[in-house]
Amino acid sequence: MKVALFITCLADHFYPAIGEAVVRLLRRHGVSVEFPPGQTCCGQPFWNMGHMDEARECARQFIRTFSQSEWIVTPSGSCAGHVRYFLPQMFPAGSPLCREASAIASRTFEFSQFMVNVLGVTDVGARFKARAVYHNSCHMQRELGVVEEPVAMLRQVRDLELVEAERPDLCCGFGGGFSVKMPEVSTAMADEKLRYLTATGADVLVSCDAGCLMHLGGRMEKLGIAMRPMHLAELLWEGVQHRGC
Amino acid sequence: MAVESRKRPSLQERIQRALDDEQLRGALRYTTEKLYNGRKAAMAELEALAAQGLALGSLEDLRSRARAIKSHTLAHLDAYLQQAAAQIRAHGGTVHWAATAADATRIVAEICERRNVRRVVKSKSMATEEVGLNAALEARGMEVVESDLGEYIIQLAHETPAHIVIPAIHKTRAQIAALFSQVAGEPLPTDTPSLTAFARRVLREKFLTADVGITGANFVVAASGTLVLVTNEGNGRLTTSVPPVQIALVGIEKLIPTLEDLAVMLALLPRSATGQKLTVYVNLITGPRRAGEPDGPEELHVIFLDNGRTNLLGTPYQEALFCIRCGACLNACPVYRTIGGHGYGSTYPGPIGAVISPLLQGMNRWGDLPDACSLCCACREVCPMGIHLPEHLIHLRAEAHRQRRDPAWLRLGLKLLGFAWSRPGVYRLGSRLAYWATRPFVKRREDRSEYIPSLPSVGARWTQSRTFPVPARRTFHERWRELQKEGDRP
Repeated sequence: MKVALFITCLADHFYPAIGEAVVRLLRRHGVSVEFPPGQTCCGQPFWNMGHMDEARECARQFIRTFSQSEWIVTPSGSCAGHVRYFLPQMFPAGSPLCREASAIASRTFEFSQFMVNVLGVTDVGARFKARAVYHNSCHMQRELGVVEEPVAMLRQVRDLELVEAERPDLCCGFGGGFSVKMPEVSTAMADEKLRYLTATGADVLVSCDAGCLMHLGGRMEKLGIAMRPMHLAELLWEGVQHRGC
Repeated sequence: MAVESRKRPSLQERIQRALDDEQLRGALRYTTEKLYNGRKAAMAELEALAAQGLALGSLEDLRSRARAIKSHTLAHLDAYLQQAAAQIRAHGGTVHWAATAADATRIVAEICERRNVRRVVKSKSMATEEVGLNAALEARGMEVVESDLGEYIIQLAHETPAHIVIPAIHKTRAQIAALFSQVAGEPLPTDTPSLTAFARRVLREKFLTADVGITGANFVVAASGTLVLVTNEGNGRLTTSVPPVQIALVGIEKLIPTLEDLAVMLALLPRSATGQKLTVYVNLITGPRRAGEPDGPEELHVIFLDNGRTNLLGTPYQEALFCIRCGACLNACPVYRTIGGHGYGSTYPGPIGAVISPLLQGMNRWGDLPDACSLCCACREVCPMGIHLPEHLIHLRAEAHRQRRDPAWLRLGLKLLGFAWSRPGVYRLGSRLAYWATRPFVKRREDRSEYIPSLPSVGARWTQSRTFPVPARRTFHERWRELQKEGDRP
């Protein structure tokens, strides 16, 4: 089975280790991974900020890059959600680009969604000694409808105590451009979310979206909260190597 | 809009005021959470009942039926308005048409002046808030009394409703006791029974001496010309049965064709709004008092209000007129929960308010409201009418961008980024550039790892409250060749 990795702009630039973890975990389960070099961004940041023309330009590049890929896997619930939900809407209904976007959308999976629902893998053989709390990202749970899959994978990690925070569905306040257009509200939302997350006594915060982790992680660092933000794939890969603290 | 001062605080200022008010934020969190959980429990119960065939349908069934009803009604709005008007007249009521807020207040004022009205009692109505009715009547020397407990509280506080369903959501019991004590002229205890008993005593007197009762309507059934009022306090029933004149101000989107359709709507509205299966009172009012009836008004006036609603017809935003004003999107919204109704500043706050305010009253006034959203989509999830609120907010942002209302740094920044990111070569060059451009701001933590504690200029919009991650020395693109080799190894 051959999978094309869509790394996403955030992981590419700031968190390449997430991509490395995804590639190694996929390979470990017999998947051959390719990385189409023309990839940039799915266009979501532009679309969400109302820059439709720029969003469509990026989306065209995305479609060109992945038109031949049988499976597309990405370590972001938000980007997968955008591709699945919005990519076809970005072009006139019935147009060739819209048809191609729909086809690509149906072949695009968030990492845990692919592992659990396509490969049927929940246990990657990881051991990670920590108390972890999982953060649902909004687009992952509401656009993509993926909630249980990452939790199922975390439950299989040995020595990992998984705890649930109050209001697990509540937005962390990142919201892409919202975080810089409305930084005060965005930060106030992070603070409420962090109250619930830290109340669990967890020492690791796990999510499937680098955006939420960047926002919550950056806020935690400013506030001196020691909880470690980790992408699910990072935790699993560290756990596979038994490097987990 | 009739009321509102010329120089209003900016969205930024309104938001800051809310963020600085811990009491307000505590009250908002407490009540929205309660309503959110109440709705959730009610819907879970509905699903269970539906599974046993004991409900009209599951949430999804009801949602699609409700959408079909509203969609059909809006497609034939002219016919249903005429039918409703004919039925209201046939039952002895009078029908008026108000194209604008000014028309609406003028029509009400004329009815009141003809009857020499001194005291007006109102039940809760967002439409009257929208047109600024209270101020217009008070300017003509009339006393206007809000009889919904929440509305009464904010009237005493000289504020506007902070929520579509719970106007005084932002007030604590202590604040309410202070307001009531002023009216009483003596300090009142802060327990809820004492406070509600006081309001009941004051308002009962007002009901008995009011010359006119003004209401809105949750629905108008076209086939019978019936006004439907959904309330919990009974003030709606008093407002429509004690004063000699009733005036109902109704948005034209409140129409539904038949009583069968009402059953679908009533299965959704209370559950979505407060988590109730049904509210304590549901009033169906068809015409004024008839001969031989012991109560009810001598005159019934129904004013159908457009005030921008027809702007939405035939546009992609049309489904925003499906809204039944349950407030579920407000209770689910993490931004509403943080800044409250006065943060938005519009009559209709929250996600639905951020959509309809710019559409009803113009981008000039409310073009920035769609920005007050993290696109978490919690609103779409709870909306009983399935309105695609996040999509509409995105398209309104696009509209604002087309009209060049977005800040220059953002407009140009995104344009540049869009150019770069749709070209793989330029994208990769940009990665290098980002790495070197941020080097002067990089600091090391104790464990030697790198981070950016603060950035200048627009970067400070992030770093004023959060540290920023360091662009990787080698992006994933640049690491791929090695990863590829690693994979080739057996």
